[in-house]
Amino acid sequence: MERMNIVVVGHVDHGKSTVVGRLLVDTNSLPEGKLAQVKATCEKNAKPFEYAFLLDALKDEQAQGITIDAARIFFKTAKRYYVIIDAPGHIEFLKNMISGASQAEAALLVIDADEGVQENTRRHGYMLSMLGIEQVVVLINKMDLVDYSEKVYDNIVKEYQDFLVKFGLKVDIFIPVSGREGDNITQSSSHTPWYKGKCVLEILDLLQKKPQPVDFPMRMMVQDVYKFTGQGDRRRIIAGTVDLGVLRVNDEVIFYPEGKKSQIETIESFSSDNKTAVTAGYSTGFTLKEQLYVKRGQLVTRSVDPAPECTSRILVSLFWLGQKPLKRQKIYTLKYGTAKVQFSIEKIHKVLNASNLEQFDNTDEVSHHSVAECVLKLQQTLAFDCANFSVKTSRFVIVDNYEICGGGIIREAVKDQYANIRDQAILRNYKWERSMISQLRRAEKYNQKSTLVLITGCKEVGKKTLAKILESILFNDGKFVYFLGIGNVLYGVDADIKNNVDSQNEHFRRLGEIANILLDAGAILLVTAVEIRQKELDIIKLLVNPDKIVTVWVGDSVTTGIEYNIKVKGIPAIDESVSQVKSFLQEKGVIFSAI
Amino acid sequence: MDYLEQIEHKSIHIIREAYSNFKNLAMLWSIGKDSTVLLWLARKAFFGHVPLPLVHIDTSYKIPEMIEYRDRLAMEWKLNLVYGQNKEALANKNTFPDGNATRIECCSQLKTKALQDTLHGIGTRYKIDHDTGKYEIWSNNEPFTGVIVGVRADEEGSRSKERYFSPRNVENNWEISAQPPEFWNQYKTEFAPGTHVRIHPLLDWTELNIWEYIERENIPTVSLYYDQGEKQRYRSLGCYPCTLAVESCAKNPVDIIEELKTGKFANIAERSGRAQDKDDGGGLESLRKGGYM
Ligand SMILES: Nc1nc2c(ncn2[C@@H]2O[C@H](COP(=O)(O)OP(=O)(O)O)[C@@H](O)[C@H]2O)c(=O)[nH]1
Repeated sequence: MERMNIVVVGHVDHGKSTVVGRLLVDTNSLPEGKLAQVKATCEKNAKPFEYAFLLDALKDEQAQGITIDAARIFFKTAKRYYVIIDAPGHIEFLKNMISGASQAEAALLVIDADEGVQENTRRHGYMLSMLGIEQVVVLINKMDLVDYSEKVYDNIVKEYQDFLVKFGLKVDIFIPVSGREGDNITQSSSHTPWYKGKCVLEILDLLQKKPQPVDFPMRMMVQDVYKFTGQGDRRRIIAGTVDLGVLRVNDEVIFYPEGKKSQIETIESFSSDNKTAVTAGYSTGFTLKEQLYVKRGQLVTRSVDPAPECTSRILVSLFWLGQKPLKRQKIYTLKYGTAKVQFSIEKIHKVLNASNLEQFDNTDEVSHHSVAECVLKLQQTLAFDCANFSVKTSRFVIVDNYEICGGGIIREAVKDQYANIRDQAILRNYKWERSMISQLRRAEKYNQKSTLVLITGCKEVGKKTLAKILESILFNDGKFVYFLGIGNVLYGVDADIKNNVDSQNEHFRRLGEIANILLDAGAILLVTAVEIRQKELDIIKLLVNPDKIVTVWVGDSVTTGIEYNIKVKGIPAIDESVSQVKSFLQEKGVIFSAI
Repeated sequence: MDYLEQIEHKSIHIIREAYSNFKNLAMLWSIGKDSTVLLWLARKAFFGHVPLPLVHIDTSYKIPEMIEYRDRLAMEWKLNLVYGQNKEALANKNTFPDGNATRIECCSQLKTKALQDTLHGIGTRYKIDHDTGKYEIWSNNEPFTGVIVGVRADEEGSRSKERYFSPRNVENNWEISAQPPEFWNQYKTEFAPGTHVRIHPLLDWTELNIWEYIERENIPTVSLYYDQGEKQRYRSLGCYPCTLAVESCAKNPVDIIEELKTGKFANIAERSGRAQDKDDGGGLESLRKGGYM
């Protein structure tokens, strides 16, 4: 039978639990004896019976008197199963409301007819629209307290609709109900003859289930690469869940943000049935015809699909749940699908108070429970979709201090200074003519992982000495290793731009391209250059797989902002420095230690 | 995509997220139907392999068929099966069957404590050797930081408050109100040193879904779940002194599904055959806070 997740939201004490309790009772969905048991407990404690008590399964919760988590409750009608996520309305628990609502396909929003629209009534309405819940049913509850007055009802409907329309949420289903008395819950009530619409249960059954997004360009994020060798298994399987569209055997696929392409060889599954296609919603895995370096967080598309955006600056709408405000100048982690990247806020365009839509410009932070539009500066290139392409694949969350503290949708890709270099690299990867010998086979043959070791530091600290000794040692160990001083590039490959003052970026672009070729050949490349800056490392990272770059700072004083992997002394202790770099390469698995 | 497929694939996604994010990850296998479905999903997630240890807590009072079945599947499916036990409580006869503890106290000794010690690597871990089929002391006693558990939201009030990734703090406590939000397939996969995380891929499943899936996938289950001609069967499995059979003539998953849908169990909670739940009203809740699942 079909099943639908519904979230119930609204201001505290407006009657969410009561309405749900009533639905459970009137659809006979409670376990046998439960109702009687709760009624008996009430009688014993001389407390009037409340439908809300039915939901209060937890001791703690009864003590506090508020439903504190997004509990799940099941009930069914002739048409389908419903899972009610009873989201609490207490302001502290907005995060629970969001986690409830993010799994829901529709929402019931409860408003107390007597109290009218309150802070959380508005906040929740705004959040529903941001979370992308399109089907919202508003219940004007406690109609018994206002003598089932049509006028009171109409006023609230109008006030709330006016609010929702400001951010484009269109809701046309409003129902006057009384959870306590059972009016218009599972059958039409004689108390509201002026209401011509359907009761809650009928409306629920009329809500539409959204089909899986199959008629879409294909999108899948790499979750992991599995190579389980047990029982002679030789498959190298790229695993993930298809987010949009359909993936078929023989499809030409591209891995972003690098833009590397290959072809689907097989679609794998546990049983031996030979699958030839897999659609959105399925967790799956496939093997490639030509092996590529694939890792978690990459976005897979087919070459016939529109390409995703690839950049390091994004314009987003976000909501913030953290106790501490979201601030500029602080590093946070962004999770997009299976990708994870650090970022800082570049600019806060505006901050909105979600309960009255009051707007603040020019602020420096986004406080608890606010909604904002910001530009984020990512520390790495991310491949993603924007909300106007597909809301589902535009979503991200923000992690601060181990906790998910916010989330949102990506509105636009903002150009960064490297856009051209990146585009060239993507095209280069796409056009790359691959040899029959895979990276993996080369790595096996040379017994090493191809790597770029960038050795930098101030002048005269022993960079070249270190690099050359290291080269000899690795060479004598039988490694495929090559030393390249930046000067060797300067007077050759760079001869045409050597004297241009503004061609620093271009120098590093060319160095990156050379490194890319040598790494593709399987080499360990040792490059020395004076005082490389983070900006320049970023350029190289666009051209060479960042996982294959090791940066070494030589000398005590670090004069640039570069994030190096390891720092060594250089001249005063050259042998020690060499062996430190060597052990680092062993630790990282670039070369293997001979135990 | 039908509903069963939807929850199946979401669960697989969660299992894989756990595998990619936790270095010391284990899965609990109680031998019951839920954790066996979980095991099956892991085999699907990893294309026939189960690349993580399966932890079983042996109270020594498990019904013998359960242990036979456990060892048979462990060999057949090449599972890294590890069990742990509260040897001390058993040696001191500090148990309910010995008459020295209430049911709840017994559970907290033989299950909760044994489980905590095994997960933390304090208690001895015994691992199956696939060549001999015998158990040997496992040298790995690193604490598990992620533990995959087969609880369902519909089982019990307190369980319906769980999250898919549910952190426990250092004392193993379960801080219900401090749980992080989860949305859009994003889970709490980063954690401070000292925390560990319970992962619940089956949260969305009901008892009925479990049986429908067992039937659809033809998953081998312990014979105790079925009537063998005595007109009774177990609906939920545990230790023999505290688990009662229910009257039923269901002989296979199809019969059980029918019984759950329309028959006499349609409105009776699954754990009604577990005596310890009746001992005190909030018993299960207190046990859960202490780490018993
Ligand atoms: N008169 C009246 N009271 C109601 C109605 N629905 C809920 N209440 C009362 O409002 C209070 C809060 O209800 P509850 O369902 O706990 O609100 P929640 O915080 O939104 O879940 C309780 O005391 C209920 O009895 C109703 O339809 N009529």
